[in-house]
Amino acid sequence: MHETTTLLVEVGALLFLLGLLGRLSRRIGLSPIPLYLLAGLAFGHGGIVELNASEEFFAVGAEIGVILLLVMLGLEYSASELVGNLRASAPAGLIDVLLNALPGAAFALLLGWGWVSAVVLAGITWISSSGVIAKVLADLGRLGNRETPVVLSVLVIEDLAMAFYLPLVTALLAGVGLAKGGLGLGVAVLTVIAVLVVAVRYGKVISRFMSADDAEALLLGVLGLTLLVAGLAAKLQVSAAVGAFLVGIALSGPVAHHATQLLTPLRDLFAAVFFVFFGLVTDPRDIPPVLLPALLLAVVTMGTKTLTGYLAARRAGIAEPGRWRAGLALVPRGEFSIVIAGLAVAAGSVEPQLAALATAYVLITVVTGPMLARLPDLNWFKQWLRGRARAQRASPAPVAE
Amino acid sequence: MRVRVEQTALPGIGVRHDMVTESGRRLGVVSHRNGRRDLVLYDPDDPDACAADIPLTDDEAEALADILGASLMLGQLSGLREQAAGLLTEQVAIPASSPYVNRQLGDTKARTRTGASIVAVLRDGEVNVSPAPSFRFAAGDVVVVVGTRHGLDAVTAIFADGDPDG
Repeated sequence: MHETTTLLVEVGALLFLLGLLGRLSRRIGLSPIPLYLLAGLAFGHGGIVELNASEEFFAVGAEIGVILLLVMLGLEYSASELVGNLRASAPAGLIDVLLNALPGAAFALLLGWGWVSAVVLAGITWISSSGVIAKVLADLGRLGNRETPVVLSVLVIEDLAMAFYLPLVTALLAGVGLAKGGLGLGVAVLTVIAVLVVAVRYGKVISRFMSADDAEALLLGVLGLTLLVAGLAAKLQVSAAVGAFLVGIALSGPVAHHATQLLTPLRDLFAAVFFVFFGLVTDPRDIPPVLLPALLLAVVTMGTKTLTGYLAARRAGIAEPGRWRAGLALVPRGEFSIVIAGLAVAAGSVEPQLAALATAYVLITVVTGPMLARLPDLNWFKQWLRGRARAQRASPAPVAE
Repeated sequence: MRVRVEQTALPGIGVRHDMVTESGRRLGVVSHRNGRRDLVLYDPDDPDACAADIPLTDDEAEALADILGASLMLGQLSGLREQAAGLLTEQVAIPASSPYVNRQLGDTKARTRTGASIVAVLRDGEVNVSPAPSFRFAAGDVVVVVGTRHGLDAVTAIFADGDPDG
């Protein structure tokens, strides 16, 4: 009995605090993710106050949070959008993975952390935060901009790539041998492709089983189906998150629209719990030693991300200022970097410092990213670009486009 | 004559339509999947960026569409009147007794017989601009005719009893 009351007090107090932090973040125009992470750090192992009774609650909540993040991501896209985008933006996606995953992997190897950590860190530096970026674009009134589809298609490719990357990481982290890991990945790839094909061809049929009329039945139906598929996927070593993503993809039309509305508050709650939990299990005393490496990694990969967006926008025929806007908008890493790090920490087969590094890395990029995105709107930046353009016109075009 | 409207998918958000005006300005509409829509105006100095992003409610969008549609119609009519002195615009009601009720516009041979053109038909508060020869009249339709005084009178006579000279 005593345990339960402590749990209520701890969970209640922490959620209340998150509410205040969320409000604060909105006031200063920042994503709430860094504040949630900091709150987790403050109340976890080695933090200011240690929460004990509620750790299990946060652990389960965090698991559900990841699943909800992914199912909502799937609901955002239709299968045909994903497949259509894949053809058009594959080169941009390739530049993205080369420029951003490789520095992460190289960094882990330089630190002597081994191959598994290298694959994990590659994912952390590769995946931008679609949530933070979509919000920044809307806040800055750039949804109509002509470089915005370029930015969005890079995000779509990344999100789709997660469906293949996550099973691979899950298999690697489980420590299964190369043959068995390859088999698991093969199963995952086939499953993902099968679901995409079914969703493109028969998405309407699947959605028809779920009536959009009854909110309660729809909420329970979609949530139940998502958790069920996620659980089954985890049993098959495909990663629960990917199972959830595929459920989101398979649903379409009014069902997807209503399910998005119903699940959004739940996602907000459990995603916050997830970020807190990640902070909780990270010992803040581990952060100062990795702060400098994290800063270095952040500077390098913020540069490569900007270059990715710049090149992708140039391919799409966008002018100089738009290329900078696309590049700088892509900088923030967020929820998925934490999801990947969370998987690694849960498996326990990577360097313990990785969680601290990931936390510091995400904190840096998610705070500076939205600020960097504003750079191209500043007058001195515009003037600098104009100066550059004049200089380029004056000299007889040294490099061919 | 037709304006080229470009459609671009915004994955995860919705769809954007945009066009370039004759004066060289680019404008567009971002339609969000949740039903919201924004009117966007592009920056003349940086055609990739929006200078303004104006969210419109359903009612506002409808009102704007009405204003643009109606002013276009009126503008065309008054433009005709100014360009050609001696040309008049008149609204002719089709009486229930007219021989052309439930017959096609082509059957009246109005233009050949009178030199006046039927540019629009008003029915139940709706405007049918440039009706095709196969357009079928109904009692109570109001025909907008452009022509000389004589031509207009002749059209009125056709709809009244079918014979312009009678």
